[in-house]
Amino acid sequence: MARAISSRRMALNTAIAWTIGAMIFFPILWTFLTSFKTEAQAIADPPIFFLFDWTTENYTTVQERSDYFRHFRNSVIISVGSTIIGLAIAIPAAWSMAFVPSRHTKNILMWMLSTKMLPPVGVLVPIYLIFRDLKLLDTQFGLIIVLTLINLPIIVWMLYTYFKEIPGEILEAARMDGATLRSEVLYILLPMAIPGIASTMLLNIILAWNEAFWTLNLTAAKAAPLTAFIASYSSPEGLFYAKLSAASTMAIAPILIMGWFSQKQLVRGLTFGAVK
Amino acid sequence: MATKASRSAARVMIAPSVILLLGWMLIPLALTLYFSVLRYNLLMPGANPFIGVENYTYFLTDPAFRDAIVNTLLLVGGVLTVTVLGGIGLAILLDQPMWGQGIVRILVIAPFFVMPTVSALVWKNMFMNPVNGLFAHMATAIGLQPFDFFAVAPLASIIGIVSWQWLPFATLILLTAMQSLDSEQLEAAEMDGAGPLARFRHIMLPHMARAITVVILIQTIFLLSIFAEILVTTNGGPGTASTNLTFLVYAESLLRFDVGTGSAGGVVAIVLANIVAIFLMRMIGKNLDT
Repeated sequence: MARAISSRRMALNTAIAWTIGAMIFFPILWTFLTSFKTEAQAIADPPIFFLFDWTTENYTTVQERSDYFRHFRNSVIISVGSTIIGLAIAIPAAWSMAFVPSRHTKNILMWMLSTKMLPPVGVLVPIYLIFRDLKLLDTQFGLIIVLTLINLPIIVWMLYTYFKEIPGEILEAARMDGATLRSEVLYILLPMAIPGIASTMLLNIILAWNEAFWTLNLTAAKAAPLTAFIASYSSPEGLFYAKLSAASTMAIAPILIMGWFSQKQLVRGLTFGAVK
Repeated sequence: MATKASRSAARVMIAPSVILLLGWMLIPLALTLYFSVLRYNLLMPGANPFIGVENYTYFLTDPAFRDAIVNTLLLVGGVLTVTVLGGIGLAILLDQPMWGQGIVRILVIAPFFVMPTVSALVWKNMFMNPVNGLFAHMATAIGLQPFDFFAVAPLASIIGIVSWQWLPFATLILLTAMQSLDSEQLEAAEMDGAGPLARFRHIMLPHMARAITVVILIQTIFLLSIFAEILVTTNGGPGTASTNLTFLVYAESLLRFDVGTGSAGGVVAIVLANIVAIFLMRMIGKNLDT
């Protein structure tokens, strides 16, 4: 039973929540607005909110000067590539742990999680030197490998919690009816698992897109994704606010939209199933 | 029931994940340990002699190390305080009935999806810049002296930025926990005369306790490794005022090219992270059984 709430109380809740929500969102909105201003308007005092001459000039300048699309392509290749490879490795593992659990399953899962606890800086030096010797520094391939490995535990875990929810009896019934392993996976498991796989994929692309330790340390120019593209604005170009805003808007927009669709999965994925 | 054949098939299917992660963990870890006992500087090619614990004594007695530890603790503690308290408040607020709840949720969650380099630069330049930043404009508008955030309080400024990034995470998880709270329990308490404060202390808080612990542990793991925000705002400075452990190890190894000392620092970072990890793993492990 829902409690009867006075409309006055409702209005108060709404007002407070919207005010706080707007404050938290404001930096993103401000960046978006500033990206359409001229540089002079961007630093105007008092600040201009909407009444400025909207221009898309900053976007073209950013593209011309620092080649946004190349970085964008690198981000896409690295985040999607590492996610797909990660899924290919993790799906069989999660499948077998969820449906054919052994007494080691729990230990394996916990151990996988423990690799995620390793602070990246603890292995920075050897990875950097190995990459240097194998000529993997500043390559898309090298970053795909690293991001696949750092996110593999999250992928396995998320898939595991989703697969766990598929009733095993259905699989057994299919097996009784003589379904082969192949048809069991293809016609029964996959259709039921696709929502879980899709959310895992979404969350993982977001995590890989925003990863900023390895992408900053292992790339220079050629394979640099958007995280590094923005870092190059740290000085002194950062003082051109309108251009910084345009670059920032372009770097975050795709993932912000994806993120809004994956709020629910985010909780499960990032807490390793501890909060659902 | 699982047959023998499906058991061995299962093993084959787990193997790639396990082997890859094992390699990813053990090889660099072994190398870090190995480098940490060598005199190994990329600027001085030639033999890398064994020097025992010299790198560790050098790293641990370096005044920068003490600063970095203090900064790491302040950064983690500061961000945790802001995000957990803010997250509890926001979770309770967003759980109330209101108009446009879904939209407010989207607004509140947004910062989490902003990549660290973007949020750091946007805050640093467009808000905290002492001349052209929005905060400076606001200060002069009411007749105050603009505050030079990164010169006067670099670490606090970084704590602010990182808190903004992580508040959505805490809010989202605590809100998920709040939504699983039976509203009848709250009604019953209200009918028995429990005021809002008593309902918060005796019903909501205990109900959220587990989620709060999870938030603290997971955030700690990520916050110990804060790097990009420091790199693009202060570069660890002024001096070592905003250098955390991660940034110090990065500076030793990739800026000063001292692989030996950097590796020793890496080992220290691993030990510290493990202390947190043990608690987190226990929490999650318990959950696996239920």
